[in-house]
Amino acid sequence: MDDTDRAIINRLQDGFPIADRPYRLAAEALGIQEQELIRRLHAMLENRQLSRFGPLYHAERLGGGLSLCAIRVPVDDFERVNEQVNAFPEVAHNYARDHEFSMWFVLATETPQRIESVIREIEQATGYRVYNMPKEEEFFVGLKFEV
Amino acid sequence: MVLNEQDYRLIAEIQDGLPLSRRPYAEIGQRLGLSEQQVIERIDTLQQSGIIKRMGIVVRHHELGYTANAMVVWDVPDDQVDAVGEQLGSQPCVTLCYQRPRKLPHWPYNLFCMIHGQQRERVLDHINRIVASQGLEQIPRKILFSGKRFKQRGAKYQ
Repeated sequence: MDDTDRAIINRLQDGFPIADRPYRLAAEALGIQEQELIRRLHAMLENRQLSRFGPLYHAERLGGGLSLCAIRVPVDDFERVNEQVNAFPEVAHNYARDHEFSMWFVLATETPQRIESVIREIEQATGYRVYNMPKEEEFFVGLKFEV
Repeated sequence: MVLNEQDYRLIAEIQDGLPLSRRPYAEIGQRLGLSEQQVIERIDTLQQSGIIKRMGIVVRHHELGYTANAMVVWDVPDDQVDAVGEQLGSQPCVTLCYQRPRKLPHWPYNLFCMIHGQQRERVLDHINRIVASQGLEQIPRKILFSGKRFKQRGAKYQ
């Protein structure tokens, strides 16, 4: 990754133009050619530095359900539970964390009502209580990364 | 805003990414039977109404070296949670800040913020500095660093 790649990442996490030649506009702002921007984005997607290039949706405004859930899984049972939880297509991501509440995952469902039923299914599959912690208030969502 | 059938098709069509070609919106239009201008107008509307939060690069932060990812949770008195949430949310290194329900007796924390960094020590430094500069010493907190990441994908829309 060179300075140009870094500039692309720092500048293009938001505000990609909605116009007939958006790559050309974005490339001009970066001082490079349209083709070069396309080539570099392609390469960074290929080598998995970027997850994707496109829209980030607001799940709730799309009518979907979204929640952060946690399970208190003992270390020696973690692998089994992890496999069972990740098998649910509604689990968007899942992190182990160093706490008694050791498994933290986000559920994304097509309807808000579906969150509760997926939680019941996960509880039945794993035998553990799922703690549902949906957001009640949002103070900041930036989630951009400088490189 | 009320979404129609066409919007849902457009949302599903671009959820995995925009075409990496000179006229990406024309290409999407071809697939959906829409003109380039129709696609542009609709995406613009979706963005202005906040259904598209942003358009561009979604990084894999682990692969970019952001491996120290701390979820800092706070047990804030209910009448102070808005004020502390605003304080934390305005710190430059805080990437997300939400109020969530307590789960007593095991989980007393009601305010969650994320701090992503490249080194654990630096993230801990940031947290200590925030606590000191914002006068949050007396609010119980816990720092949960992430271990292994098992799954990362966006939500899927039909």
